[in-house]
Amino acid sequence: MPSLNQTHVDTATLTQGIATAAADDASGRLEPAAPEAQTDSVTNAAATGARTLSEKVWDRHVVRTGGGQPDLLYIDLHLIHEVTSPQAFDGLRMSGRTVRRPDLTVATEDHNVPTADLHLPIADPISAKQVEVLRANCDEFDITLYPMGDPGQGIVHVIGPEQGLTLPGMTVVCGDSHTSTHGAFGALAFGIGTSEVEHVLASQTLPQARPSTMEVRVDGDAPAGVTAKDIVLAIIGRIGTGGGIGHIIEYRGSAIEALSMEGRMTVCNMSIEAGAKAGMVAPDETTFEYLAGRPHAPSGADWETAVADWRSLVTDEGAAFDRSVTIDGTSLRPHVTWGTNPAHVIPIDGAVPGPGDFNDPVEATTAQRALDYMGLTAGTRLSDVQVDTVFIGSCTNSRIEDLRAAAAVARGRTVADGVRTLVVPGSFAVKAQAEAEGLDAIFVEAGFDWREPGCSMCLAMNPDKLSPGERSASTSNRNFEGRQGRGGRTHLCSPEVAAATAIAGRFVTPDDLG
Amino acid sequence: MEPVRVHEGRAVPLDRSDVDTDQIIPSDWLKRVERTGFGKGLFSEWRDERDFVLNDERFAGATVLVAGSNFGTGSSREHAVWALMDYGFVAVVSPRFGDIFRNNSTKNGLVPVQVSEEAAARLRAAVAADPDLMVTVDVERRLLSAPAAGIEEPFPMDDATQERFLEGLDDIGITLRSTSEIDSYETERPAWLPTT
Repeated sequence: MPSLNQTHVDTATLTQGIATAAADDASGRLEPAAPEAQTDSVTNAAATGARTLSEKVWDRHVVRTGGGQPDLLYIDLHLIHEVTSPQAFDGLRMSGRTVRRPDLTVATEDHNVPTADLHLPIADPISAKQVEVLRANCDEFDITLYPMGDPGQGIVHVIGPEQGLTLPGMTVVCGDSHTSTHGAFGALAFGIGTSEVEHVLASQTLPQARPSTMEVRVDGDAPAGVTAKDIVLAIIGRIGTGGGIGHIIEYRGSAIEALSMEGRMTVCNMSIEAGAKAGMVAPDETTFEYLAGRPHAPSGADWETAVADWRSLVTDEGAAFDRSVTIDGTSLRPHVTWGTNPAHVIPIDGAVPGPGDFNDPVEATTAQRALDYMGLTAGTRLSDVQVDTVFIGSCTNSRIEDLRAAAAVARGRTVADGVRTLVVPGSFAVKAQAEAEGLDAIFVEAGFDWREPGCSMCLAMNPDKLSPGERSASTSNRNFEGRQGRGGRTHLCSPEVAAATAIAGRFVTPDDLG
Repeated sequence: MEPVRVHEGRAVPLDRSDVDTDQIIPSDWLKRVERTGFGKGLFSEWRDERDFVLNDERFAGATVLVAGSNFGTGSSREHAVWALMDYGFVAVVSPRFGDIFRNNSTKNGLVPVQVSEEAAARLRAAVAADPDLMVTVDVERRLLSAPAAGIEEPFPMDDATQERFLEGLDDIGITLRSTSEIDSYETERPAWLPTT
């Protein structure tokens, strides 16, 4: 939990981190970036009263402040799943506590559930037990649960928004780092650990030190073929895996405003890959249009009241951010990762860098290790790298828009020989919509494997895994060593590039397919 | 949690940056529903490599891990902290920690010691040269030191977190003292906010 003191240390080291790890979008080479402008938000706010979006949402959730303790924040929505909750419920029972607001809590089974043969019991006994424990806990504490196979089931960060449970100005937490996804609605949403899950269950609040604020501005129209995924990969390449630590990022600028809600969710989802506490986009007409009529969204007169309130959730004129990063949207291209963290990323037509491109000796060692792990050498063109697996799914890119984009590439084409492809919709609602639109048939005809919803090969907790040495093009969010299976090699990319790569068998864009 | 005031022990140098929580505890281990027994899974993939530093017997029994920058980024899994503690670590030194990892650490009594890049590098070198070097993590004075190597570095920790370390306080218990404030906050929430 960063103190004020701590924030200063972070800021001081930040510039150094950028100088060593920044990737220039235009060339794909690693070069020092200019130090970022810094201002003191406390002074700013005191002087003008102007506040940023995240400060406004924070302020309206403070239950208690001062007294030498961090702010106590009220939590509007608590999402839980089978992996990070069992020990929290155990903790509650051990201390004789209960769930304060089961009506603000919702559970789903997503991380370890299979994506095929759902009529059969879960084959892995340890996964099966974890799911059973979640069901028993939800039953005991009267929490709504969407179990495997239920029409409401899906990845926790897909079902919240699609049901209208995630609304602008809310606080949303989950024992999952990709909770940042929900920030796309102008909610303050962040991942928490299991002790904090227990804390929220018991009190519906969390003590939190106020993070710093950071603006990431992407101005200018992104060229055709550049997706939300490419925007966020470019941002992470620019600021590094620690660039957002201690900060809430607000994504702004015309390239962000032009994104659909699905696109904004993709961007906010990967905020954590830059280390950020949360990512947010100010709500606007795109947001309201998405939410109108969703099952849990307000309706009638409440809708009008809510929208009027949501319109105030913008960063005030004159409000300053602690840090500001600007990216030229017009210079962006499709991005693909080459190494073992999401900041190891280059444009798809670029060449893989080597340790000599990093100034910091530890980062250079890490880069060499990444090359060894990935079985790549510096200077290799990504277009010469062959894959054996393609995964389209995860809380980053498994929504209907992602599947439409991938299907548009797959239509009338055939997957390359020897390439295994998984298309895993984010929820049963997404799956049903896709099937109503005939996307499943397009995928199946092209040779893609159409699956049931879940986290699947994003983190290899279910049977969908890479084998040692296998190489994937994946629309997920983490290319860490072993993330998709022991010894597996992951390259992150957009659904469009993933689908095109499945057809070509190597990294290409849809345009390259001709 | 158990209080931590002043800890003295030997250290182990981990010359890697961006050590994410998937590396600290791979996802295979996340299926367990217990809080204990994760030490065996700590860095389990890397421990299969003969030259991984935790396999170096000279560092056996070390209680302070000294890593590169961006330690504990990635997944929110608290299992990473449980694994480090179950293995025997009391503190981790790094120039920068993932936010969720830091929070998870302080909730469990694992001390996140944030020092400059330069200081962390100096300590890693000193420990590599002398595995028996004694390192002190002083939470009371917010000070990291290894006198034999001439190292003395302050580290940041807010007062509330420090108090919890020193007293071994239960966070939830502290919050529940504010139940009346939570009650009154709830009466002010707009009625149109969703319920599940």
